[in-house]
Amino acid sequence: MSAESYLVADKGVKSWLTTTDHKRIGIMFLVGVLVALFLGGVFALLLRLELLTPGRTYIDALTYNRFFTLHGIIMIFMFMIPSIPAVFGNFCLPIMLGAKDVAFPRLNLGSFYVYSAGVVITLGGMLIGGADSGWTFYAPYSTTSPTAVAPVGFGVFVLGFSSILTGLNFIVTVHTMRAKGMSWLRMPLFVWAIYATSIIQVLATPVLALSLALIAIDHGFGLGIFDPRMGGDPVLFQHLFWFYSHPAVYIMILPAMGVISEVVTTFAKKNPLSYKGIAFSSIGIAFVGFLTWGHHMFVAGMSIFDTGVFGVLSMFVGIFSAIKVYNWVGTLYRGHISFTTPLLYFFAFLFLFVFGGMTGIAVATSSLDVHWTDTYFVIAHFHFIMVGGTLTAFLAAMHYWFPKMFGRMYSERVGLFTAALVFMGFFFTFFPQFLLGNMGMPRRYYSYPERFQALNVLSTGGAFLLGMGVLLTVGNLLVALKMGPRAGKNPWQSMGFEWLTESPPTKHNFEASPVIDRGPYDYHLGLD
Amino acid sequence: MRAPSAVAAEHFEDLKQQGHAARLGMWAFLGQEMLLFAGLFALYSAYRSMYRADFHQAALHMSVALGTANTFVLLTSSLTVALSIWAARARRPRACIGFLIATLLLAAAFLVLKFTEYGHHFAEGIFPGRYYHFAELPQHGAHIFFTLYFFMTGLHALHVIAGMGVLTWVLLHALQHHWTPEHHVGIELGGMYWHLVDLIWIFIWPLLYLVL
Repeated sequence: MSAESYLVADKGVKSWLTTTDHKRIGIMFLVGVLVALFLGGVFALLLRLELLTPGRTYIDALTYNRFFTLHGIIMIFMFMIPSIPAVFGNFCLPIMLGAKDVAFPRLNLGSFYVYSAGVVITLGGMLIGGADSGWTFYAPYSTTSPTAVAPVGFGVFVLGFSSILTGLNFIVTVHTMRAKGMSWLRMPLFVWAIYATSIIQVLATPVLALSLALIAIDHGFGLGIFDPRMGGDPVLFQHLFWFYSHPAVYIMILPAMGVISEVVTTFAKKNPLSYKGIAFSSIGIAFVGFLTWGHHMFVAGMSIFDTGVFGVLSMFVGIFSAIKVYNWVGTLYRGHISFTTPLLYFFAFLFLFVFGGMTGIAVATSSLDVHWTDTYFVIAHFHFIMVGGTLTAFLAAMHYWFPKMFGRMYSERVGLFTAALVFMGFFFTFFPQFLLGNMGMPRRYYSYPERFQALNVLSTGGAFLLGMGVLLTVGNLLVALKMGPRAGKNPWQSMGFEWLTESPPTKHNFEASPVIDRGPYDYHLGLD
Repeated sequence: MRAPSAVAAEHFEDLKQQGHAARLGMWAFLGQEMLLFAGLFALYSAYRSMYRADFHQAALHMSVALGTANTFVLLTSSLTVALSIWAARARRPRACIGFLIATLLLAAAFLVLKFTEYGHHFAEGIFPGRYYHFAELPQHGAHIFFTLYFFMTGLHALHVIAGMGVLTWVLLHALQHHWTPEHHVGIELGGMYWHLVDLIWIFIWPLLYLVL
């Protein structure tokens, strides 16, 4: 029996590139999404730099349009969607279920290569002319734009299939690979969240794939299916697009909620206030998420009745989210709290998520939304929810599972400092944008009237602070990778099943298939 | 030749678990395929309600005979693929091979009929998108009808070709007497995929040929 960790069990680059080990595939995805985060972040800073002064600062309008398109596509399809599921889902989900691997390990590796191919095609398209349609690819502009929309759209199409394959693999893994004794209601909450996410990935992504295929073919060959000059209806594209892209928001936030559930219970050393409340509200969000896409189109020519229905359905998501928020806070009550970096990220998450969520309820109200549509208010709202939610949870997960993945501890003091920096940077980037949007500053313009300058300068300053915070965070972890003290099997004294294995785990996770005889958060039983 | 002994991959506990996983995976994949076509069906419905009269005119121009013949061909192929699975379960490898070859031939016949139909359309100037120049039906609605027609049947034809690839793989294993009553998950998955290809056509056929 070899007790060597998965990191050194096989050696050489080839053993990594051809691995079917879910943990190694998770690490490869981690490298991929960090590169994407860096690229997307650089473009965000370039955008903020242009917005430092009212007129042209250093790039023209077309370049600016290409930059924000690139920023959106990279951040959404290459960073946020794969971030938590493909990295931490891959790494932790099989271990949490007591399995040796996901159900289809080769398909899992395939998903990584499909992702890589999608990245290469998309970025290649950006190099040969870029796209300037925004990440939403709205027709008929996207089909008639002089830029290289077709290859970029096709790249996103390919990225979508990577997402579908990952989701499919997780659904089957959850259904068939659970260890003896692992009933559905003993599954860790992270698994519930990833499971709900996977359902969305499998059922919503094909619709995006089809819509983007139509756009790419239309751009290349003049299909005219969304072109009013040929009898097409561009609003239909918006319907198809948001049928995927609204649920996609939950592809990004549900895994984040799963991470948060694990972090809160571990650092409060308590059962969650209501396990079922958190688990089933994930499924509830996945379900209702399919019925809310219309709230992106309140001004696109929709009947009053439809706007009302979509508005109310959107608010249902707020109810499910509130169930989770109360549960997390309630879990802390009378817990044995240890104040660590992941927990600080949880507090950042809580603030940004609740703030972003409340503004989400506001923009789901059609009468208010008409005023805010296509202004910075909406930009600030979805960055609070999606970035404030997903990025903070991603960083929390990076710190929380770092000892599990690499067997070493990071510096807690530096970690707490960088977490504070990330939060401050984030707040100063996006809070001014709420005010700007409410004052009427439209999105996607590279210039603005002079009276908006002070808040824009503040936002740009915040963005650089945020960038620095993220860089320092990654730096702290890189230092820990080489020089951090050995973590031991279970540095957080967590009851979570993934901590039953060695840190880092051996190649097959468990020496023998485990038998589960307790829940994942039964802290009252005590660690053996 | 003896059938190779079936052993579960190392990350599964046993063959039963592996078979369960494989079937569930295929079901999830088929669900994904349905949603891929769902967008096109949604577009069809929306445009149909927008251009009711034009869609009527365009549908009158479709060859019901060819479409119906193709439906018959594809339904028969679904029967033969089901029979091949029955043969594998009944340990009748020669019948299994025969039914698989019949399925592949029917699939090829479907494509021949489909492309013959495309040929007729092209001869009349019915092309997708901006290349459409059919003088008899110049309206926007007819143009959209035929663009959707080409896209839906084209995507379906791609699935037929992919299905033929899958069934060829199944056939190659059948030739080595790989499928046995104990071990036939692979041929079953191939059959499931083929039934989906058939099922999608069952929806395309009435929408494009029969509903006037």
